[in-house]
Amino acid sequence: MAKVVLWGSLRPHTGGKAEVEIEARNVQELLARLGDSYPGLQSQIKRGVSVSIDGLIYREGWLQPLKPDSEVFLLPRMTGG
Amino acid sequence: MPLDNAPEGKRKFNVVGTRPLRPDGIDKVTGRAKFGADASAPGQLVGRILRSPHAHAIIRKIDTSKAEKLPGVKAVITRDDFPDHTGGSGGLYDTLCNVMAREKAFYEGHAVAAVAATSASIARQALKLIKVDYEVLPHVTDVDEAMKPGAPLLHKDMFTDGVDPKPKKPSNIARRFEFGHGDVEAGFKKADIIVERSFKTEAAHQGYIEPHAALASMGPDGSAELWCCTQGHYMVRDVCSQLLGIDIARLRVTQSEIGGGFGGKTTVFIEPVALALARKANRPVKVVMTREEVFKASGPTASTSIDIKIGVTKDGLITAADGVFRYQGGPFQGCSPAEFGAMSAFAQFHLDNVRAVAYDVVCNRPKTISYRAPGAPMANFAVESVIEELAHKLGMEPIDFRIKNAAREGTKSSYGPVYGPIGLGATLEAAKNHPHFKAPLGPNQGRGMAAGFWFNFGGQSCVTLNIPVDGSITVSVGSPDIGGSRAAMCMMVAEEMGIPYDHVRAIIADTSALGYNDVTDGSRTTFATGMACILAARDAIKKLCARAAATWGIPEDAVKWENGYAKPAGPNAGDFAPLSLKEIAEASPGTGGPIAGHHEFSADGAGVSFATHICDVEVDPETGRSSIVRYTVIQDAGKAVHPSYVEGQFQGGAVQGIGWALNEEYIYGKDGRLQNAGFLDYRIPVCSDLPMIDTQILEIPNPGHPYGVRGVGETSIVPPLAAIANAVANATGVRFTQIPLSPPRVLKGIEEAKKAGGRKAA
Amino acid sequence: MSGITVNTKINGDPVEFICEADETLLDVLRNRLGLTGAKEGCSTGDCGACSVTVDGRLTCSCLVLGAEAEGRDIGTIEGMAQGEHLHPLQSKFLEHAALQCGICTPGFLVAAKSLLDKNPDPTETEIRFGLAGNLCRCTGYDKIVRAVQDAAKEMRSAKAKSAKTKTAAKKRA
Repeated sequence: MAKVVLWGSLRPHTGGKAEVEIEARNVQELLARLGDSYPGLQSQIKRGVSVSIDGLIYREGWLQPLKPDSEVFLLPRMTGG
Repeated sequence: MPLDNAPEGKRKFNVVGTRPLRPDGIDKVTGRAKFGADASAPGQLVGRILRSPHAHAIIRKIDTSKAEKLPGVKAVITRDDFPDHTGGSGGLYDTLCNVMAREKAFYEGHAVAAVAATSASIARQALKLIKVDYEVLPHVTDVDEAMKPGAPLLHKDMFTDGVDPKPKKPSNIARRFEFGHGDVEAGFKKADIIVERSFKTEAAHQGYIEPHAALASMGPDGSAELWCCTQGHYMVRDVCSQLLGIDIARLRVTQSEIGGGFGGKTTVFIEPVALALARKANRPVKVVMTREEVFKASGPTASTSIDIKIGVTKDGLITAADGVFRYQGGPFQGCSPAEFGAMSAFAQFHLDNVRAVAYDVVCNRPKTISYRAPGAPMANFAVESVIEELAHKLGMEPIDFRIKNAAREGTKSSYGPVYGPIGLGATLEAAKNHPHFKAPLGPNQGRGMAAGFWFNFGGQSCVTLNIPVDGSITVSVGSPDIGGSRAAMCMMVAEEMGIPYDHVRAIIADTSALGYNDVTDGSRTTFATGMACILAARDAIKKLCARAAATWGIPEDAVKWENGYAKPAGPNAGDFAPLSLKEIAEASPGTGGPIAGHHEFSADGAGVSFATHICDVEVDPETGRSSIVRYTVIQDAGKAVHPSYVEGQFQGGAVQGIGWALNEEYIYGKDGRLQNAGFLDYRIPVCSDLPMIDTQILEIPNPGHPYGVRGVGETSIVPPLAAIANAVANATGVRFTQIPLSPPRVLKGIEEAKKAGGRKAA
Repeated sequence: MSGITVNTKINGDPVEFICEADETLLDVLRNRLGLTGAKEGCSTGDCGACSVTVDGRLTCSCLVLGAEAEGRDIGTIEGMAQGEHLHPLQSKFLEHAALQCGICTPGFLVAAKSLLDKNPDPTETEIRFGLAGNLCRCTGYDKIVRAVQDAAKEMRSAKAKSAKTKTAAKKRA
């Protein structure tokens, strides 16, 4: 089960939990299951998220594989100047 | 994706790290380079845009009949010419509303109608003949005012997202974000000293010298061509196609040379308007913004209001850091970089307890767009100002205080992920050892410093590399070259292929030639598109080796590539004289046809970048004018591909920060109109305002890139605001909490402090 | 609106054009004569991207009417290189990476040449004030100032060399 850490303002959608565990093989699956389990997160996921997997940021690596013990941070979708 | 888990840190480079001349250089110094406004087409019309004089108004009716009858007018368009193909919500819909106002004009300068005519003077006359019936509404341009209950409301259906429970009343607060970890309240209980302050920063414009320009042609069948200056022509193609309701493949966008962007050209403004005019007139239409339009109607960055509270023990360890970041992003949600401000604010520290709350707020100002490290400089100004003040209270050298609390490899960042190898500590140590740090100061002078951070990212890139029969190489990339990136691309290909730099030529291909390329932003081009160039070169090398193998009649894996030659991999492979790139290319028509290398991917593994800036300021006590006397930028580049252009990024970012800190601001009248929409009154730094900007490049390799490259474009604008504010505080004894530090503001602060008899905050 | 016929000289060549009374010299250069090296950054004389010389004097071409070019001698960026030989300022701008996006570069080169024509050995401060009418948003000016310093040095030593050769030639004669 990958550990998914949510940024503060997403926590109301997970009943206050800062971390949730999701069984997923890759980022796409993780986001889909996260949306299924916590429908309140769907609007943000639709708006765009980047993820950090074990310290490395992936802006849109949907097929990026996850290890069973991966630590995944959800981040707002990155933009820059 | 990272190529190798370990960077080739010890690799010896032949081309990377040298300083060759850029391939587009001659065109740029002779006036031949074609920028946005430099193209023209046969039969072209002049397009002009009518803009709202009101900060907030309902558009009841637009009467274009008189304008249409004016001889020489070939098309007039309004909101009616932009039917909604976006589904009526989301960012794309907001872009549509910004490109041409629909029910309401949300800011002074909002586009309301446009004309295409046979000459500029006829187009101007036609604009005057368009009658718009406005119902003027109350407006709000200040972020704090906009958040108050009872403020003029921009959108009746905006209910703050990210708060629990969901508000019942609409407001101008689009969204709340929160980042952080640990227990901030418990952390403050452990603190011996706490400093808490509120800050404000004004909006600054990216200030590129080239106004937006577009030349469009479109037939009744929906086939269209567009020439424009943009940071991402693939983005322009996709957005314009969707807004106009045509297939993406029907629109070909060619990117002109781009005269600066800094984030400001990462969206569309006039491009869909030019296309819609061209469609209606069935003739090419050129639209070029005036400077006034650039200020009023293209995106500046956010103005902000920030509260910071940081607690420390008496031996100088930060126990807790807390911040509230309110950013207005113009009239549409999701445009202010509030979340990036909050995420980056405390990123340079190792913190057990940290919380950053951000509010994305809407106002009657132009729709903001990214400006170099969007959101970070303002947050950094607030945080690093408090850090300096804490160091003074502790009686500690500010640099030692920063070093003691600096984030390092393994630190859990304030925005979540744990850092890999980072260069912050190295930049701080380098600053401490820099001669600038120990140089004596003159009268009325003060020294300040600040450390800053930017994330950087990768994104989508697609590269094609072709090898003609003479063995020279053309590289087609889809990332607009905004500051010399073509040179870097050529260098990386030459490095991989083992050939001289001047055998490689890079061009920016139009949207029909390559797969999608993300916008040149996020300091991604040299990192991500550069990596695609390296991988495309490796792909070509594989094919070159295969041709050599076939020529020699040995297996492909028995051939290796070395310094521009295919060679047998070992003694068992056979005894063959090496084949040069040129020889293989020359033979290619007979050995299987043209040779090309490709790579397309979504690059990840961008490494964060840290910088420390040191700045000496002299403040004239009579006038309050601050002059920069000495400035030093120390930044981690991972690996500098072309050091001159890396230095250029450091210097340019620092000077943009200097302008923001000392002069630049959007000044609004009570009527909600911008009062300084020109370079005379919106004063960006000029040559005589500045000293040389010293640079020091550090190279802490990024493990996510084969050469260790990190993006360098953005971090350099992050520390100057705070570094200068700290220098001014040290020069005057007055802590300023609002920028720009314009002479009247500084003078007022000095005089008030004199009256109060000593050190204070202004 | 009836056109005005104007006879002028641009980069040494006689040129005749017709323009409207409200057209600026910049409009004429760019839109009628195809000389797009001068850029329009502001049209109010604040950015210097449209710099040209009029009878040798550095001028923002956006502040001059096309009709005012009558009988004048106009110099633009297109006339700076001699055949395939770049002017030392042009070479030094490339060598020092004194441009990033390049939109301000023609204006800077025209202004820098005008400065060095008058003052072949300027101090850093004189260079900074001499170029204060030209805005650059990319470079922070550091490398531009260095390029001008280096070009000035090269031009001085070339001049000294040619003076020496001339004196030697005279002596021989």
